[in-house]
Amino acid sequence: MTLFTERAAQALNDGHLQVALNRATTQLKSRRTEALSSLEDVEQIRDLARNTKLNILSNLGDNLLKFEERLKENGVHVHWAAKSEDANAKVVEIAKQHHVKKIVKSKSMVTEEIRLNASVLRAGFDIVETDLGEYIVQLAEDHPSHIIVPIIHKTREDVGRVMQERLGVPFSDDPEELAWTARRKLRREFLNADMGITGANFGVVETGTICLVTNEGNGRMVTSLPKVHIVLMGIEKLLPTLADLDLFLKLLARSATGQKLTVYTTLIHGPRREGEDGPQEVHVILLDNGRSRLLAGELAESLACIRCGACLNVCPIYKNIGGHAYGDTYAGPIGSVITPGLRGLTDWSELPAASTLCGACREVCPLRIDIPRMLLALRQKAMEELRQPAGLTLGMKAFSAIAALPRLYRLVAAMGRWLLRRLGKNGWVSSSFLPIRNWTKVRDLKTPAKTTFQQLWQARGRNDGG
Amino acid sequence: MSEKPEKVQFFHTCLINEFYPGVGMSVVNILERLGITVEVPPDQTCCGQPAFNSGFSKEAREVALKTLDILLETEGPIIVPSGSCGDMIIHQYPQLFYDDSKSLAKVNAVTERCYEFTQFLVDVLDITDLRVRLNARAAYHPSCHLLRGLKVENQPKVLLENVTGLDVVEFQDQEECCGFGGMFSVKNPEISGSMMNNKIAHLEAVGADMVISCDMGCLMHLEGGLHRRGSRIQVRHVAQILEEGLAS
Repeated sequence: MTLFTERAAQALNDGHLQVALNRATTQLKSRRTEALSSLEDVEQIRDLARNTKLNILSNLGDNLLKFEERLKENGVHVHWAAKSEDANAKVVEIAKQHHVKKIVKSKSMVTEEIRLNASVLRAGFDIVETDLGEYIVQLAEDHPSHIIVPIIHKTREDVGRVMQERLGVPFSDDPEELAWTARRKLRREFLNADMGITGANFGVVETGTICLVTNEGNGRMVTSLPKVHIVLMGIEKLLPTLADLDLFLKLLARSATGQKLTVYTTLIHGPRREGEDGPQEVHVILLDNGRSRLLAGELAESLACIRCGACLNVCPIYKNIGGHAYGDTYAGPIGSVITPGLRGLTDWSELPAASTLCGACREVCPLRIDIPRMLLALRQKAMEELRQPAGLTLGMKAFSAIAALPRLYRLVAAMGRWLLRRLGKNGWVSSSFLPIRNWTKVRDLKTPAKTTFQQLWQARGRNDGG
Repeated sequence: MSEKPEKVQFFHTCLINEFYPGVGMSVVNILERLGITVEVPPDQTCCGQPAFNSGFSKEAREVALKTLDILLETEGPIIVPSGSCGDMIIHQYPQLFYDDSKSLAKVNAVTERCYEFTQFLVDVLDITDLRVRLNARAAYHPSCHLLRGLKVENQPKVLLENVTGLDVVEFQDQEECCGFGGMFSVKNPEISGSMMNNKIAHLEAVGADMVISCDMGCLMHLEGGLHRRGSRIQVRHVAQILEEGLAS
């Protein structure tokens, strides 16, 4: 795979992407601010939600078993998947049992995480995304680049071209017409599908309820038309009671899209009963895939994430490079914690390093997840466990050793000042001299002062003393 | 604090010592003008943030301990002319020594004496108007660690608003990071540069003569970018503005 820095550089040079990102994040940001201001006691609600989530995570094992019990009482089949492969194999197995031909899906990040579509296609089943954004991602053979807005990197003109090429319809960039095209195509897919797959926004332990929020109504079609419904959910998605759901729904919609409530909030309690519509069978696959390891360490707090995407919209890094540069399912600040957390730090240590620790993410997170703290923890882990560039390690060790010895520090600093002043011209260094090459790549370096503050101060003291 | 302290310690930060000594002198001059005796611990070096933010905790601890020992030998409030270094000492030192109760006691003794410069003026000395005058169109950049770390939001603003003749203008994405981020600026220069150029474009759009902040790290980075672009926008630490005004 390419390096993060290469992907980021590519994104920075993509003017089209820059326009799309800037437009979308600005709009999402202001919508969120406005929506949250309509909520009374918003700070208390955030505190309460945070405590509720951290509390259930601290006793996740027992709660999962309770949840499983309730699900079974509701007539739901429950499966446990330790890894991606286990979850994918289980889906394929259920599809085979039911002689499924076509699967319809509503938007789900966890299925992206385990690369479900590829593995289901390999097994010979047809699978169709039905969320409009995800449908376009699938048509374009692309990947989502935002938790909530999968095609944030595409303009409506891009979408028009994808539909023209892949669906053979005349080009249009009129959003309404594009939506109608998708609607006509998808309606047929829903009616022909014999299995539906969704994620879950929340799982309520008290009642064994799966809660799903959507805006396009596709979620309802996926969970009610096909004869089998599979829910894929991470084990961290639990909430204690239905009453708690109220808190989280208030925060999720507002933080994600700036809505007071999403258009559809679906609560699923199991397969259809006598005289009702709905699937004959409901399966829930509970996925670990590295989560229990996170739960045991410094990154446990990241499991409180409700995937609202607010941290992406305010992140100046995300805003500049977009989601694809992060290289995996979860982009933005929370992605820089979760990706190394779930996939291991070895291949992903560039992500936690790529942050100014500005704290904008922590400020907007509805659950106040301390992302900067976890980025620092990951940086520390990377230093302890991974091979680092020799120059950096040597430089940091030398800097720290010297900074703890004031006299040596003053001497080395004086040498550094002298050197930079020699390299400088009219008070500025612009050259690409090795140690400062990465600084002068994008900006000039002011030459250090001839006289330090300490020297000025001491000289003044002598003068005052007369 | 009910009584006005007579004496303070000035933790000038490494950046001001080596690159911007004039900013340090501005801080000192203002404090002295207010009748406060300023002491400067001579052996101070750096707070250790570069090592800490790069993941070198052991090394950061060495530097932090040295800084703590030097500051512990002194008395009175400690004035830090940087939101970032202030946040490092006040919020990150406790993290750094979370498992070392002996050092943690030192941390607590020092952090309760620490104030960022504008925080000290407004919250401790209760000064919001230094009766200064300066004719300029200025934009204030709230640095991230000052704003979201130390939660110092209104102190610098009110000090600047009370400068007669200073037109403080707002600009787009004002509270967004400038892209400095310490080591980030050299580890990810392209992203850092892009963030910097966004910030500069927003400053240019409102026709600011100068950008004012409480952190020389951000300003050194922005100044380098402004110089590269040949921009006429100047950078100033809040203390320079307040002192320039005092002098005139």
